[in-house]
Amino acid sequence: MRKYTPKDNVQGKAYHTDRFWVSPSVPRTDVSEDAHFAALLEKIKESIAVKDAYIQIGQMVVHINPEDNITVLTLVKEVCDYAMCSEISAVDYLAQDGEFEVFYQMLNLKKAKRIRIVTRLKERQAIESAVPLFNSANFAEREMYDMFGIVANNHPFMKRILMPDDWEGHPLLKTYPLQGDEAASWYEVDKIFGKEYRDIIGAENRDPSKIDRYDTKRFSRVGYEVPFDEDISEGEKKTPIKYSDTLLVNYNKSSKQLDERR
Amino acid sequence: MQQPNKLVPFFENLNFERDDNTMVVNFGPQHPSAHGQLRLMLELEGEMVVKAYPDIGYLHRGIEKMAENMTYNEFLPTTDRLDYIASTANNYAYALAVEKLLGIEAPRRAQAIRTMLLELNRLISHLFFIATHALDVGAMSVFLYAFREREFAMDLMEDYCGARLTHSSVRIGGVPLDLPEGWLAQMMTFLEKMEYELEHTYEALLTENRIWKMRLEDVGVIDAEDALSWGCTGPILRGAGVQYDIRKEEPYELYGELDFDVPVSDRNDAYGRYMLHVEEMRQSARIIRQVMPIYRKSEPQLMAHAPKYLSAPKEEIMTQNYALMQHFVLVTQGMRPPKGEVYAPTESPKGELGFYIKSEGEPYAYRLKCRAPSFYHTGILQKVLVGTYLADVVTMISSSNIVFGEVDR
Repeated sequence: MRKYTPKDNVQGKAYHTDRFWVSPSVPRTDVSEDAHFAALLEKIKESIAVKDAYIQIGQMVVHINPEDNITVLTLVKEVCDYAMCSEISAVDYLAQDGEFEVFYQMLNLKKAKRIRIVTRLKERQAIESAVPLFNSANFAEREMYDMFGIVANNHPFMKRILMPDDWEGHPLLKTYPLQGDEAASWYEVDKIFGKEYRDIIGAENRDPSKIDRYDTKRFSRVGYEVPFDEDISEGEKKTPIKYSDTLLVNYNKSSKQLDERR
Repeated sequence: MQQPNKLVPFFENLNFERDDNTMVVNFGPQHPSAHGQLRLMLELEGEMVVKAYPDIGYLHRGIEKMAENMTYNEFLPTTDRLDYIASTANNYAYALAVEKLLGIEAPRRAQAIRTMLLELNRLISHLFFIATHALDVGAMSVFLYAFREREFAMDLMEDYCGARLTHSSVRIGGVPLDLPEGWLAQMMTFLEKMEYELEHTYEALLTENRIWKMRLEDVGVIDAEDALSWGCTGPILRGAGVQYDIRKEEPYELYGELDFDVPVSDRNDAYGRYMLHVEEMRQSARIIRQVMPIYRKSEPQLMAHAPKYLSAPKEEIMTQNYALMQHFVLVTQGMRPPKGEVYAPTESPKGELGFYIKSEGEPYAYRLKCRAPSFYHTGILQKVLVGTYLADVVTMISSSNIVFGEVDR
């Protein structure tokens, strides 16, 4: 039987994994081991429900419900001095759990401490925008929308930021192939020439490593040269191997010393 | 209204529909002062900017997507293409994130080399900043002088790793090579030359220059509150009076044991940020001088010993069977870091450059997010530029020192 390859994750995968391979995990330590984080977590727990909290690689990770994000961000900003929101982005877990994981990376400049506030969203569920608290969320949430399709409610300008406005699909989803999907291969053809030219132009090649041995326009055939743009799909004329010698220079015999330092 | 067709192009730089006496000007995406592919839509009332909207994405190559489709070691050369003015800073930030995930630490000699390379990169980047900043404001000769010194710095990089722009000079777990012979002496010569030129050429040409001061003072004002709220880091944050340098506050590599100052300016304007860059270059030179004896005293080991994740040194691979097998698996399949997530911040020449990596125990990162400082520094343009004159827009863009490789990723 042919091996089943899941269609919901088209990203790169290991070509071989041992059957008995069990991946270890990065150790998580308890929050009580760090006094600052423990006090902070107590404050957060007073106002909202915390699903999980631990310290991983020196930073506290707090899992919360998506409805509480503004409450907890306000709390850490105004009470606990986490004045900067360094990053907002998401991780695609649609295939496993039907959910996105959204994280807010926060920085306390006075104590040089970082926490990550993590929440899980269902597909098509929107999250409240953090722009009223942190203006850095303006670009970050737009990028999150662009890359994953996660909408931030009450964002001042919820538009695509990196991809063109009329792009189809959200590129960082696991279902989106690296080379782009069907719509991506027609995007520039439609834009530059118009939809009516699709048959003439053909779909854009979005694989930079693609090699076509019958394409005599873009690929040279060293030693087996054929005239430029000749159709050789039905066999080609045998040409004797003849390397050009007009451009070759024998540097050993050259009288001119190019590099005077030697 | 323009009626564009295939023969008569659409003049997108000008909008002729003027109903409220404002004019919309597209600054870029091909503008020499935009430092790359920045399209800045400016709404002008006379010469005053009433609305600025930075439109980015013209250099978007999907580097985060590529990271999900490459093994960890394959991805490292791709990070060169983020902030291509200071590639080693990107290589290092990525390598640090993966090392934290693996729980390994580079040996001391590798740390010394990395610290020197990072600071050399900071010098390269800051020289580039002074050069282009002066060029954008109109001082052509500073550009030529600064590029002369930058050339020496790039020669040093080339002597070490063979590349001038895309260095890939750091590996996960250490560095690939030891310093070549005489490199430290050349570095000393370069530092002396650079410090001399800094004082006698750039500063002499710019710092007290009347035109330079008039163009920079009270231009592009970013106060501390704005800088924090918009996620600005690095020289912009320190130029707003907040003394926060990740090298000092959350030290990595050898920075914890080195003696250097974090310059800070409370002027909030482009002139303060220029002065900061100059002072940071002096501090970088000071750091490199301190690292040199540490390097000389260190053991010659260059890569960490972690056989589960990193290949053994070449001699072992060539002589020992197990090392060869391990090397084969690591090259063909790639290393498999443990499950978990990490966010590792570093102080790149532009600001806080951090990599968030989510690993599911596969040889491919499940998610990699590059927190690029320039991305947020572009975001604040829509706030800073409002109310300034068109001539100051260029000053602000070059003063924010954004590089589009890392804005668009």
